[in-house]
Amino acid sequence: MKVAVVTFPGSNCDHDCYRALKLLDGVEPHFRWHRDRELGEVQAVVLPGGFSYGDYLRAGAIARFSPIMDAVVAFAREGGLVVGICNGFQVLCEVGLLPGALLRNESLRFRSHEVHLRVETTRTPFTRRYRKGQVLRVPIAHGEGNYHAEPEVLAELEGTDRIVFRYVTPAGELSAEANPNGSAHHIAGIVNESRNVLGMMPHPERAVEEVLGSTDGLGLFQSMVDHLTAGATL
Amino acid sequence: MSKTSETTPRPRSTKAPQPRPGDPPITPELVDEHGLSPEEFERIERILGRTPTFTELGIFSAMWSEHCGYKNSKRLLMLLPTEAPWVIQGPGENAGVIDVGEGLALAFKIESHNHPSAVEPYQGAATGVGGILRDIFTMGARPVAVLDSLRFGDLDSGRNRYLFSGVVKGVGDYGNCVGIPNIGGEVFFDRAYDGNPLVNAMALGVMKRDELILAEASGVGNTLMAVGARTGRDGIHGATFASEELSADSDEASRPQVQVGDPFTEKLLLEASLELIRSGHIVGIQDMGAAGLTSSASEMAGRAGSGVVLEMSDVPVREPEMTPYEILLSESQERMLVVARQGHEEEVRKILEKWELEAEPIGSVTDDGHFRIEEDGTVVADIPALPLTDGCPTYEREGIESDEVKALRARDLAEFLEPEGDLTDTFLQLMESPNIASRRWIYEQFDTTVRTSTVLRPGGDAGVIRLSGSRRGVAATTDCNGRYCFLNPREGARAAVAEAARNLVCVGALPTAVTNNLNFGNPLKPHIYYQMREAVLGMAEACRLFETPVTGGNVSLYNETDGQAIYPTPVIGMVGTVDDVSQVVGHGFRTPGDTVILLGENREEIGGSEYLYRIHDGLVAGEPPVVDLLAERRLQHAVLALIQQGLLKSAHDCAEGGLACALAEAAVGGSRGPLGLSVQIHDRIRPVALLFGESTGRILASVDPADESAVLGRARNHGVPARVLGKVGAPGDEFRIDTPEGAIRAPIDEVARRYRNAIPNLMDHDPDAPGGESHAST
Repeated sequence: MKVAVVTFPGSNCDHDCYRALKLLDGVEPHFRWHRDRELGEVQAVVLPGGFSYGDYLRAGAIARFSPIMDAVVAFAREGGLVVGICNGFQVLCEVGLLPGALLRNESLRFRSHEVHLRVETTRTPFTRRYRKGQVLRVPIAHGEGNYHAEPEVLAELEGTDRIVFRYVTPAGELSAEANPNGSAHHIAGIVNESRNVLGMMPHPERAVEEVLGSTDGLGLFQSMVDHLTAGATL
Repeated sequence: MSKTSETTPRPRSTKAPQPRPGDPPITPELVDEHGLSPEEFERIERILGRTPTFTELGIFSAMWSEHCGYKNSKRLLMLLPTEAPWVIQGPGENAGVIDVGEGLALAFKIESHNHPSAVEPYQGAATGVGGILRDIFTMGARPVAVLDSLRFGDLDSGRNRYLFSGVVKGVGDYGNCVGIPNIGGEVFFDRAYDGNPLVNAMALGVMKRDELILAEASGVGNTLMAVGARTGRDGIHGATFASEELSADSDEASRPQVQVGDPFTEKLLLEASLELIRSGHIVGIQDMGAAGLTSSASEMAGRAGSGVVLEMSDVPVREPEMTPYEILLSESQERMLVVARQGHEEEVRKILEKWELEAEPIGSVTDDGHFRIEEDGTVVADIPALPLTDGCPTYEREGIESDEVKALRARDLAEFLEPEGDLTDTFLQLMESPNIASRRWIYEQFDTTVRTSTVLRPGGDAGVIRLSGSRRGVAATTDCNGRYCFLNPREGARAAVAEAARNLVCVGALPTAVTNNLNFGNPLKPHIYYQMREAVLGMAEACRLFETPVTGGNVSLYNETDGQAIYPTPVIGMVGTVDDVSQVVGHGFRTPGDTVILLGENREEIGGSEYLYRIHDGLVAGEPPVVDLLAERRLQHAVLALIQQGLLKSAHDCAEGGLACALAEAAVGGSRGPLGLSVQIHDRIRPVALLFGESTGRILASVDPADESAVLGRARNHGVPARVLGKVGAPGDEFRIDTPEGAIRAPIDEVARRYRNAIPNLMDHDPDAPGGESHAST
């Protein structure tokens, strides 16, 4: 199974994503350059974290115009699996594959630490390995992760089971303290309407080995493999 | 603007350079303004056999500044040990390099950005990180970690809070954007750093041994290329500025000398440089750092024993009509000088273009040993390269200890050994001291986990990263207690080296090498030069004993504001190797019921302590803690062996705040939240010294009760005193230390709360203000 990892100028989690994918049996990660116009024969795409194009203007605002993004959008529209992590989530919002926007953290400061995420739905190709309500330990590292959307959009996300992860306490409860950036509805990750595009601020690729402090992120990549090999319905 | 390639050296000019139109006349005043003494100017005239042009004067002024020429420190630096079998590259290059096994090499270095940060904290700190990263990747190594060693005045001043928050944001934003994890460092607050913060950034990089590349301009006919950002008018004479004392006027007048950083360009430059080095199209590369093009080009020529000729009109510039003087001395950031193999210029340009960067030929390597500058073919400077880079006069100054310090050191501290009120209150006050309290407010602004290699994050004794594709890892720490160094610079420097090594051992790393950052005041003052000499002697002795040679570093002098010098602060950046990262231990207690063991001895020492400063109105007096280097070495061997045998569940150095604070840090520092503690200490030492004294050579460990006797026995076999202090408690239990003459008792959650909230409370005064952390929790 081939997975494209897109490198924009300023991406800095591309190698981390590559390495995490490499840990999975049967997965072949491939780098794709921002100037490439085609993804090639791949079954999934990862937009990694970083500061694409220096985050000038707005995080993700310039990356959406890079040549590779046309191919990513087309791939997503045809049902291909796309994950945007951190800056990748910001790019997905900017390009319109996901609703809403990521504002500056409410504290106005960069926040880097471990958070607890509650799996809100397993009805996605990215979370089928998890249990609903399961609490994951995964690092965050961002300055603009405060998810914002219009009330109707939030209501739609809630009503259609499209909120995938929420920030919670270690015990799995919602609290303002456990929300590191002020995100609406404690949102840490969402999927699009057809559930094949995931955007999330936390870094599952940094939680894939015991020596790094957590393996809770592995399930996300394993879920994708399961989905693509088993071809299960959503 | 420039030719596509330049493959042949320009014809030699034989004429002496002529003044350019508009050059000011060379007067004694102008020489003085350039920071050169009349004797130094005479030496320049002897080297040239004539009076320098204005451009040449600027070049000499930068190269013979303290920052580039080390004129007041070089003779002292020669006293430091620099060699060991594992040292691949010692001092004199962009960074030191050591062998870390499995065919890998570690490049590492520390550098200061004190003066710029005092004027513009955010950019000063950011460009400090940028500069040190470039020093690493120009050796061919990929940067894998940064650390930051910071000093500020006390946080009750708004100015100090501004400097502190600006520096932390600057360090964070730059490293976060480039994608290098921050794995540790230190911060210390004391009025001695009022107006003169210290910002020392350290970086580590990893490469295959055979990928090492040196900063040499070799191969006659090879092409010098300017790579990366364009040259602008920012930072002109930064090196000279960094070699002067600050005054009240420095703020406004100096701002143009502070550079502006662009971490995005840096990230591109990093990737392009590593690709360039691996490509084989270049023979040398160096950052255009302090003194910009002048120092990079002349030093590369000096190292290779060659010469260079540079054409100013070919240098890509940001602004029109820049003079050679400005181009040569600009410190615009994110620029590199590359020596391309003759005929490979186009390949170099293609690699840079892939990363959206420019590369332009600006000159070539010659064989005449001259540093020659041309403007549209006319020679404007022509200087023998070696005297320029290595001929800077070096001085051995007079060093005399100040009577004031002697008196402070001799002060009788007996009265302070009596408790000032309740011991528990004193303890809680110390836990809230910014010098002891949790640094989470700082390191949560730094990406610590990018690159998925961080095994131990900031907040413990040392940071650890694993080497990609290996069980092995590298640990790093920075240490220095400026108060100890102020009271007794030799002892303080020994303590800094001992503490750095102890910190590495506490995580399970073998200390291997040092990079140092010597921060001092004005060396022309005898009491400052005394501090420098004593500190270097103490450092040399300790580095020899721990077999941790100094492979490079940085000297920052003239750290004075309105005549008032900082504490002598010789920061030690130390690296160590870890055989198996799965054996690394942290500083926090892990399991209720575990046995707490103290290795090392308590002594009745409170000189230079945080206790005196915080509880007794800023008192800095007495003899700082004595360092018994041999006992220290035995202790460290013992603890490293115990960790490698898997017998310790945690290990933590006793430092500022003494045994009581070290116990508390371990109790609140576990990954699963605070744990209670109950210990009894029976030493016949007065409780203030026993609890809060900062005797060196002590490590706190927690062990499984089943391993207790094995640990005690093995420690004694190493000749290390070891004894059981008590037991780790459960979450929510009391934190309790009993001594024959008093006790500390507090709920552990209260201890944890005070410890964690101290710095946020100081920094986010107004809970309703935007940017306050409490905002998120309402």
